[in-house]
Amino acid sequence: MADNNKVDCGKRRFLIATTTAVGTVATAATAVPFVASMMPSQRALAIGAPVEVDISKVESGMKLDVEWQSKPVWIVNRTKEMLATLPTLREQLVDPNSSVPQQPSYCRNVTRSIKPEYFVAVGICTHLGCVPTFRPEPGPPDLGPNWPGGFFCPCHGSRFDLAGRVFKDVPAPSNLVVPSYRYLSDTKILIGENPKDA
Amino acid sequence: MVKNLLLALSWVPLMAFSSEEIKLDTAPLNLYDKISLQRGVHIFVNYCLTCHNAAYMRYNRLEDLGLTDQQIKDNLMFAVAKRVGDTMTVAMDKNDAKDWFGTTPPDLSVIARSRGADWLYTYLRSFYRDDATHTGWNNTVFPRVGMPHVLHELQGTQVLKTETETDVQGHKHELQNLVLETPGTLTPVQYDMMVTDLVNYLVYMAEPAKTFRIKLGIYVLFFLAIAFVLTYMLKIEFWKDVH
Amino acid sequence: MMTEKLNALLGWIDERFPLTATWKSQLAEYYAPKNFNFWYYFGSLALLVLVMQIVTGIFLTMHYKPDASLAFGSVEYIMRDVPWGWLIRYMHSVGASMFFVVVYLHMFRGMLYGSYRKPRELLWIFGMLIYLCLMAEAFFGYLLPWGQMSFWGAQVIVNLFDAIPVIGPDLALWIRGDYAISDATLNRFFAFHVIAVPLLLLGLVAAHVIALHEVGSNNPDGIEIKKHKDPKTRIPLDGIPFHPYYTVKDMVGVMAFLIVFSIIVFFIPEMGGYFLEQNNFIPADSLRTPVHIAPLWFFTPFYSILRANTFNFFWIPGKLWGVLFMALAVLIYFFLPWLDRSPVKSIRYRGPIYKTALTLFVINFLILGYLGTKPVDPVRTVVAQITTVIYFLFFILMPWYTKLDKTRAEPERVRW
Repeated sequence: MADNNKVDCGKRRFLIATTTAVGTVATAATAVPFVASMMPSQRALAIGAPVEVDISKVESGMKLDVEWQSKPVWIVNRTKEMLATLPTLREQLVDPNSSVPQQPSYCRNVTRSIKPEYFVAVGICTHLGCVPTFRPEPGPPDLGPNWPGGFFCPCHGSRFDLAGRVFKDVPAPSNLVVPSYRYLSDTKILIGENPKDA
Repeated sequence: MVKNLLLALSWVPLMAFSSEEIKLDTAPLNLYDKISLQRGVHIFVNYCLTCHNAAYMRYNRLEDLGLTDQQIKDNLMFAVAKRVGDTMTVAMDKNDAKDWFGTTPPDLSVIARSRGADWLYTYLRSFYRDDATHTGWNNTVFPRVGMPHVLHELQGTQVLKTETETDVQGHKHELQNLVLETPGTLTPVQYDMMVTDLVNYLVYMAEPAKTFRIKLGIYVLFFLAIAFVLTYMLKIEFWKDVH
Repeated sequence: MMTEKLNALLGWIDERFPLTATWKSQLAEYYAPKNFNFWYYFGSLALLVLVMQIVTGIFLTMHYKPDASLAFGSVEYIMRDVPWGWLIRYMHSVGASMFFVVVYLHMFRGMLYGSYRKPRELLWIFGMLIYLCLMAEAFFGYLLPWGQMSFWGAQVIVNLFDAIPVIGPDLALWIRGDYAISDATLNRFFAFHVIAVPLLLLGLVAAHVIALHEVGSNNPDGIEIKKHKDPKTRIPLDGIPFHPYYTVKDMVGVMAFLIVFSIIVFFIPEMGGYFLEQNNFIPADSLRTPVHIAPLWFFTPFYSILRANTFNFFWIPGKLWGVLFMALAVLIYFFLPWLDRSPVKSIRYRGPIYKTALTLFVINFLILGYLGTKPVDPVRTVVAQITTVIYFLFFILMPWYTKLDKTRAEPERVRW
């Protein structure tokens, strides 16, 4: 077992270094397909694809429910009275200016929508995920005389106005999420895609 | 005794070659010819998807062939599917199909992997008129098939001509030939090319990742060759201690 | 500074867990014979393939659905819709076949060099149990794609249990969970394939390596290197530490294997219908049997033996003889350590009788395997019967011809 030649340490170190480098690259490259396979599949993407909604049937003051990416999405046709309440609620709201990015940039306005009448939002309470109820009538017995109209979550009592903005002193921390959407025509919107110029 | 045994065993390989299978023509495919595949999917959607499903193939996968989503929507989607991410399914009810054809038309998503390209190529060119069957058509590759000759307007009508031939030793052999009796809108050469495009598409559809797989394989092997050389050099270096 | 910290950490661990001690006893100071050749790569390769099958298997299980109406579709879902799913699937299907290639070569090494001889009989037994588990794992796994071959292959094999007298039909019913292969069978085979057998395999592999390290490896000369130790260090004179010499050598083996493996996965994953059968791309149809049912290639020798038994001897039907002989064909391997009476271990020092016998056995095994892929006909059946007899004679006559064989003297020290 005795060797007559001196061990070439430099060569060994070089070979160990290069082989380790190549081995690391190989391991990383092998890991890529496995990690990537956990990303949403084509089926998930197809199911989560943008949804076309015909809004012509939504009467004034009514809400339409649709499903997008397995989530409930609301389209509310707001009346002039409903829209009029929105600017008056500033002091009662946590984030009246929609500073927190819970909506696309083109919905960062007081009505939190592209067109003022139609309000599009994901119907999931930002507290722990329940689906809030639609309470458009002002001053009902259970919500008190100061209720301007909006959404009330029965699970833990969170309240949102008719633009989905969260009231102060409720468990929910932020405004309701507004998804990306755009108008295909006056009567059709596509939920899940931004407008071409946005 | 060993010699006799070996003699007996040597018959084995010869026995393997006895087969009663139909002779299949070789399909001249080229999976890299995207235009052929585009023609193929057009034929498939127009003629095959009326009865057959391809439930595992999504329309938007056809982007592989160089098509845009809009082109796919405009030219290829007129079955049940509404969105480009949907799969190629058809409206025909399974029970209706059984009533009309005697059996449910099989799903074609992976037909090219179970039957093989050559089988499909020969099958689609081997229909002939046969009044004895339910549909009026028969096929030399798949006798008494429940499928009618969907492409007969293009190919024309073939008939099966039987000839009896006597060979040198006096044995009679029956030779069967398919003869084109009534021409269709395509010449035989054109029809063969069309079937080639269709089978090309079916092979693609059976495994859309195939061409990518082959390409990636070349890179992987190149890398592994380098890795092999390096590890071998490392081994030689360390084993100098041992020798 | 960094090495100090690392050494401190190592010390902390070593006080609580035998990390360095294990590293030394199993790798850096575990002495293996220095004359390992080509045949000695396959043990580490088998371990590599096991790890690979488990990893690819886990990722497949994320998308596969073990339901008779969904299984076939879920495999196509993996092939098309799951990012890189096709690669993971092919790695798993090719890996399964490669597992058997590697294991058969690994076992053959044992037959070449007498690696099953005393004191390694238990090592051999653990290995044979691993082989049995592998066959079970492959059998259970093959039902999962729910293709025609999956279904009918399982139907045929489970029906074999039916042939056992008295308890047969009830046993087959219990295995299936239904009167024919169905969703119930699929679900339980999934449970066996994904967790039950893999756990068993891992335990047996651990036992296999522990048994090996207890006695030390054999080598191509079949002599015990522990017989000649350095008087001062007590290290076998013909031994070299496993790390770094065999870790570095096995890496080359791994690279060569990965090249072969990648050629198959990327260019010929179906392997002409031997690794992925054409009929399995047709969804299972309980009302339509394929014209030609064949098991996967690695089962075919035993399948031939099963089918060769066409005679009804005494009051036992041929079908039952077939099952018995098939089982015996696998089980007889367990007895090799006691059937082999040669004074030497390695084929290098054996005489012409054993060398002829082993060569004949291999050719015979290959013929049996080939026959198993083909449909039966009168000539093939006769050949299968002859080759079955030869197969068993190799083992039954071994105590005599290994004793009679004219062996050469084994060397004292290893030779390359």
